[in-house]
Amino acid sequence: MDELYFFLEVLIGGLLSGTMYSLVALGFVLIYKASGIFNFAQGTMVLFAALTFVGVLELGAPALLAAVVTLAVMVVLAFAVERLVFRHMVNQPQVILFMATIGLAYFLEGLGQTIWGTEVHVLDLGIPDRGLWLGPILVSQFDLIAAVVVALLVAALGVFFRTTTMGRALRGVADDHQAALSIGIPLHHVWVAVWSVAGFVALVAGLVWGSKLGVQFSISLVALKAIPVMIIGGFTSIPGAIVGGLIVGASEKLAEVYIGPFVGGGLENWFPYMLAMLVLMVRPEGLFGEKIIERV
Amino acid sequence: MQKHFIAALAALVLALPGLAGAQEQSGDGGEQFVPVTSYRTGPYAVSGIPFMDGFIDYLKMVNARDGGIEGVRITWEECETAYKPDRFVECYERLKNRGERGASVFNPLGTPLTYAVIDRLPADKMPLITLGYGRTDASDGRVFPYVFPLLVNYWSQSTAKIRYIAGLEGGHEHLKGLKIANVHHDSAYGKETGPVLARQAEEYGFEVDHFPVVHPGIDQKAVWLNVRRYRPDYVILRGWGVMNQTALKEAARIGLPAEKIIGVWWSCAEQDTVPAGDAAIGYTCSTFHGNGTDFPLIQDILLHVHEAGNATGPVEYVGTASYNRGVINAFVTVEAIRTGMGRYGARALSGEEVRWGIENLDLDEADIAAAGATDLVPPLRVTCSDHEGGGKVLFVRWTGETFEPASDWLEPDRDLVRGMVEESAAQYAAEKSITPRSCDS
Repeated sequence: MDELYFFLEVLIGGLLSGTMYSLVALGFVLIYKASGIFNFAQGTMVLFAALTFVGVLELGAPALLAAVVTLAVMVVLAFAVERLVFRHMVNQPQVILFMATIGLAYFLEGLGQTIWGTEVHVLDLGIPDRGLWLGPILVSQFDLIAAVVVALLVAALGVFFRTTTMGRALRGVADDHQAALSIGIPLHHVWVAVWSVAGFVALVAGLVWGSKLGVQFSISLVALKAIPVMIIGGFTSIPGAIVGGLIVGASEKLAEVYIGPFVGGGLENWFPYMLAMLVLMVRPEGLFGEKIIERV
Repeated sequence: MQKHFIAALAALVLALPGLAGAQEQSGDGGEQFVPVTSYRTGPYAVSGIPFMDGFIDYLKMVNARDGGIEGVRITWEECETAYKPDRFVECYERLKNRGERGASVFNPLGTPLTYAVIDRLPADKMPLITLGYGRTDASDGRVFPYVFPLLVNYWSQSTAKIRYIAGLEGGHEHLKGLKIANVHHDSAYGKETGPVLARQAEEYGFEVDHFPVVHPGIDQKAVWLNVRRYRPDYVILRGWGVMNQTALKEAARIGLPAEKIIGVWWSCAEQDTVPAGDAAIGYTCSTFHGNGTDFPLIQDILLHVHEAGNATGPVEYVGTASYNRGVINAFVTVEAIRTGMGRYGARALSGEEVRWGIENLDLDEADIAAAGATDLVPPLRVTCSDHEGGGKVLFVRWTGETFEPASDWLEPDRDLVRGMVEESAAQYAAEKSITPRSCDS
């Protein structure tokens, strides 16, 4: 029976970790869905947002003001990215846009650390960070609360996309760029909006991961956890990002615990990528992605 | 317009050497070049920055206070490795021939980085100081004439840790039946103590199991669930950078008391404990040197470097564990060069000549006191065959604000370690067809 409880503990812990990966994956999905750009800089945006938030906080601002200032910075960043980078690359192949986001990632990484320093900034949002016994099963209170944050964020994004004019415009652009342009949806404005929303998601992810790890360079590396999530869930699907996160989280933890001891451990980094590769073989668009149909 | 662009480009190109890394310009009267391979970027920058600030500040202080080593000014150039072996090799190749007579000695600050160049050293006649880290069996100078894992190598440190646990349990005889989890960075550094732990487990009857954490260690939940299932009496933590604080937090989440976790010195800095918050209170870890600013040598750095406005980093780093470790590395480097100058004269030395200086380094308590480093640096005596030099290990406990001593200075199990070092070095020599040199004369 103890072994069963332990299995459940690993499973639940993995699912909760997965929601934290989904949080980062959501930012990738939003930008890809609206513009077809795989934004390599999403992980760095998480770091940049967290560094800005904690930097403003350390200047003596209350948390709410720090969040508002950071959001404003992320919106300015969205404008700058659209104006200075992507506006000049319209009609370029996707790989060029992808390369541009690599440059953006390194630029933001350096800029953030130049402004706010490279030391670890402690971020205490008052989220309890101890184990919680649910009967015989131990779960992390922090991860439970993070999962609730993800659920609220997804609900908020759902409301935004379905009920606001900009949200509907975003969905229109995501479905068909040409058709959206033909009915007067301003593509550049939509891109700014979606990068701003991705900036907001990066801020939330930065706060959650920053509370967990401390705000520091390593936060940008959580993006590496989000990539298999998107491959599995699909690059264009928000529900896919959630389900992909849950699959990655649960499978990597179960693999590490039950297979790891037989192969010397250290599976957590590569197991999700192996899983993603298998999904690519049988369903290249991911479990929830749009079916790729090319007319010739 | 085009002219302006070309002028700007030319200015940028001319400025590039300055941008490439911090450099000390050469002066008259000869200069000794010390390469500085650092990591100020990447997931380990948190630990690397204060270390290198301490290292460079000490070199600056020697130049400012003494006019260099025996009148020979020290010059240096910093090269960023990001704690990556390939980049360290690149830095090594780029810097090894800099200076009047080439680079004097490399301090890679990383065991994986050390392994990456060990085979190149004899051909380049270039010494490597790996103070408190690196390849342990390189302590046998007969097989590894160019490598110096000074003061306390990893196996010595590990035996001191077992001695500390034995002290907590009431003696070595009470180690029997204990379960020890070795949670380690999944790298050459993390795995280095596996053999000595296995040997001591056999000797004392305790059980040890290994739990690797993959780079960089930002998500360790599964590892700690495995640790919980193992139900260890103690956990040995061999982390680096972000892995340390994450480990302490995960341990708290599974309900493992911090008092049961005993860390290596690379898991024993303020940068590791402060971000972990309450989860780190009671955590015990090891050190081979003194912390704080209450040493004349550190005060000299504050006076001649920080107050002179020539500091490498913020004054808040001064006295922290990582900063002081950097200072000690530079101190030993400088004293080795000074020893070499005692034989070859007060001029710039080659790598081979500095190697002689390291191998003949003999700093007793009076020398350390004269340098203003009593209780900061332990006495050190290096010989042809012993490239470790003999140091002790102190265990300290994190109170939430500072590290406080949790033990006396403990002697490692030198007999056991030396035997294993010679065994392992002989095996390496056989594999590489190396004839160990004689140290009898």
